[in-house]
Amino acid sequence: MVKHRLQRNIQYGILVVLGLCFLLPLFWILLASFDTNAQQGIRFPNFTLDNFSAVLGDSGNLRSFGVGVILSGGQATLVVLASVLAAYPLSRYEMRFKKSFLLSILFMTALPITAVMVPVFQMFLFFKLQNSIFATMLFLTSSSLPYGIWMMKSFMDSVPIDLEEAAWIDGASVWGGLRRIVAPLMLPGIATIAIFTFSGSWGNFFVPYILLQTPEKLPASVTIYQFFGSHGMVEYGRLAAFSLLYTMPSVVLYMFSQRYMSKGFSMGGATKG
Amino acid sequence: MKRKSRGAFLFLSPSVLLLLIFFIVPIILTICFAFTNMALTGSAARNLQFIGFQNFTNMFQDPDFRISVLRTLVFLIFSAVIGQVVLGFILALLMKEKNVTFRRIIGIIVIAGWVTPEIVVAFCMVAFFSDNGSLNQIIGWFGISPVSWLFSFPMVSVIIANIWHGTAFSMMVYQSALDEIPKDIEEAATIDGASNFKILSYITIPMVKGSIVTNMMLVTLQTLGVFTLIYTMTGGGPGTATQTLPVFMYNQAFVNYQFGYGTAISLVLLVIGIVASLFYMKSMKVKV
Repeated sequence: MVKHRLQRNIQYGILVVLGLCFLLPLFWILLASFDTNAQQGIRFPNFTLDNFSAVLGDSGNLRSFGVGVILSGGQATLVVLASVLAAYPLSRYEMRFKKSFLLSILFMTALPITAVMVPVFQMFLFFKLQNSIFATMLFLTSSSLPYGIWMMKSFMDSVPIDLEEAAWIDGASVWGGLRRIVAPLMLPGIATIAIFTFSGSWGNFFVPYILLQTPEKLPASVTIYQFFGSHGMVEYGRLAAFSLLYTMPSVVLYMFSQRYMSKGFSMGGATKG
Repeated sequence: MKRKSRGAFLFLSPSVLLLLIFFIVPIILTICFAFTNMALTGSAARNLQFIGFQNFTNMFQDPDFRISVLRTLVFLIFSAVIGQVVLGFILALLMKEKNVTFRRIIGIIVIAGWVTPEIVVAFCMVAFFSDNGSLNQIIGWFGISPVSWLFSFPMVSVIIANIWHGTAFSMMVYQSALDEIPKDIEEAATIDGASNFKILSYITIPMVKGSIVTNMMLVTLQTLGVFTLIYTMTGGGPGTATQTLPVFMYNQAFVNYQFGYGTAISLVLLVIGIVASLFYMKSMKVKV
């Protein structure tokens, strides 16, 4: 028994050390963002919000956040719309090519997007689409579409078909059934996919960095890089504040998705009652 | 009651169209352009030519290419397979049957690194490893003189950064896999006098083998595509010390404007990705 307790304490000890290792880099960014004279090392600041007001007072920064919201928000909306539509026949119909279609979708979810960036850029160049926010949004949409369709199909499979059939007997069309019965019951799933898509592209640096050029069109994920690339003397405090503000949406959305996820799993039972 | 498809194509068409334009076409283009001398500047820009396997012959003779394949492998093995997969498993294992609040706190800390966007992770890590950074401060307490981590150990730095960013994913996968093991099996083994190590190697690991394999493939695929973290932390340097395949591809295509060559490199990356994806799908044993 004594041996057992000792073992547990050692395990707790290892976990504390690992936890501290993970905490340290984050701790610095938290402290530096409140410190106008922040340096690269950890030090306790005289807490001020000056960095945040400087970042938020700059119209260029605000615009980059706005572009990010448009880009990621538009993408998330398109992904949800296209994948709800695609998931419907995949979940409800019998089709000849269903199996091979689903396998190719799964295959695409696993492919690293980095590998196609060069030809995509060439394509954008050829069709004179570089620097178009809308075209970038479309590319981002299709890059997360395989994952969206795959998830949406499995969420849709868990909505019982009986409810839809009842609606058809009452005179609803296929489209009406999807819109009024299936989609509302899938809201947790839809929200999860929207959130995953949004935060994925909110954090995406590579795609907008390659496909967009003029500073006014760059989302926050790219402006933050120019922040520490081009200003010579890096203002660590401001950069930390910018990073923190930029990270917040991902954190908040992650917390939301957790709530939706747990609801999503109990959904099957709820609809049966 | 399953219905036959009449409207099916209508429902599928927006997705199919998007995937065709932005997924299938670029993959086909990669295969075509890789055999051309396409460039943005110089004479090749005006007269595009089919040059056969020239790019590939050049590539396999290019010492920069060979070494970046090697670096990609080192990055994959240490940051994905050993780092994230093993550390994630250790974390999940240690957190099993621990105090709920404690578990939650450690979980939140590890997941925070995962939720943080890659470019912010890069920024945190550059500060952490810099000459006056936290790491040198800490080793200073033990009387060790500061090290220029990003200059002397650039590969170690980017590997640690990727582990910091990615481990939470593996941890979460293993946590849910470990939670599904029925408790009585391990208890019975304990009563029979099996040591912890024996329980781990004969019961626990075999029971979560499926998740381990799937997770390993997925993490490897993600790590193969890592560009942002390395590019923003070191720019592939110092020199070419951290130039993995994605960074090498970027430099050839977007810095030297050798698109044909860059595309040939992406084709290599794509083929590695395709092979790994096939293994991944096989390991999932999907039912569709």
